[in-house]
Amino acid sequence: MEVMTQPAQLGHEDQVAVEIGGRPILLRTQDAAFRDLLKKRYAGFVRRPSGRSACTFDVDVIRPERLVSEAEELEVWQDEGIWHLERGDFRAHWDPRVGRGRILQALSPYAIDSVLRIVHTLIQAPEGGFLLHGASAIRNGRAFLFSGISGAGKTTISRLAPPDSTLLTDEISYVRRDGEGYRACGTPFAGELARLGENAAAPIARLFFLAKGPENRIDPIEAPDALRMLLRNILFFADDSELVKMVFRSACEFFARVPAFRLTFHPDEGVWDLI
Amino acid sequence: MAEIYIVRSAAIAARKLGGEMMIMSAVDSTFFTLNEVATVIWQAADGRTPLSEIVEHRVCEEFDVEPEVARQDAQQFVTELSQHGILLVSDQPIPEPKLGTAEAQ
Repeated sequence: MEVMTQPAQLGHEDQVAVEIGGRPILLRTQDAAFRDLLKKRYAGFVRRPSGRSACTFDVDVIRPERLVSEAEELEVWQDEGIWHLERGDFRAHWDPRVGRGRILQALSPYAIDSVLRIVHTLIQAPEGGFLLHGASAIRNGRAFLFSGISGAGKTTISRLAPPDSTLLTDEISYVRRDGEGYRACGTPFAGELARLGENAAAPIARLFFLAKGPENRIDPIEAPDALRMLLRNILFFADDSELVKMVFRSACEFFARVPAFRLTFHPDEGVWDLI
Repeated sequence: MAEIYIVRSAAIAARKLGGEMMIMSAVDSTFFTLNEVATVIWQAADGRTPLSEIVEHRVCEEFDVEPEVARQDAQQFVTELSQHGILLVSDQPIPEPKLGTAEAQ
């Protein structure tokens, strides 16, 4: 079992704050190459470190690169209030009560990407928000979500987005509870488009479940079907019954406030005229 | 025939949406949608009322269904949900567990 070392005294220059969904996560590491990796990968989402971070992680980058966990599949669990996250290429723990945690990982963007996604889902869950497999874009001050599994058309609909729209993501949408409504926020979690979303946000007007077809059309969708599809597409990592309840409640609340439709589309720009 | 008592598990989340009761197991994330009859049984599953009484006084009185058909359907429904831990079943009255969500009512 690897023992994580205690953090050394780190200065401002050793910190990178990555802000997604308006929530900065402070990553502290003495590894300059990793800091450069973070700044490059999350460009547009990197903020000046400040005292208002949602949580702080001390990151130990392991060299030479090797597996740091025996977990073949991702494992996320909670033990006495502390979340543990493990996969072959990273091992992390995080105490949400004090907003502090540690990450041991290889010099890999995929490891930190996974940790950030998981931590954001855990931060969002009690607040009624979630991360969703879906593209999202802002047009005329309103955000539209396009959810679907791989191959449903998330990247295609993003690629077809008109020039007056702002692409928030083509892969993972960030849905944040905002008073009586919801806001979609940009994320740096890119799909096939390999393009970071814009770090912007807007109230969510509609959710579309994507399907490819011979023509462009929008159809209503029955509540049970919509809920089932939404739950299938919400990012969810932990085998934790309280979290399941939170996510279920969040999905129901979401449908009480945001209309959902099925969007069947043919890959041409005309689909955006319907939206 | 022995009486059966049923009670909703605490390890679920449930909500009525669009007129249908939707239930998710917090244990294995299995998702169920209940029809109107099943919803009535679900809502009456207080651990104190025998299933036969629920069928007789709730299902048969509210829906146009033969008692024997209703009993068989109810039995099948209870068996299926109990296999997923959504409903707890006993041949004696069951103390109602603390429900995990207000929506389950």
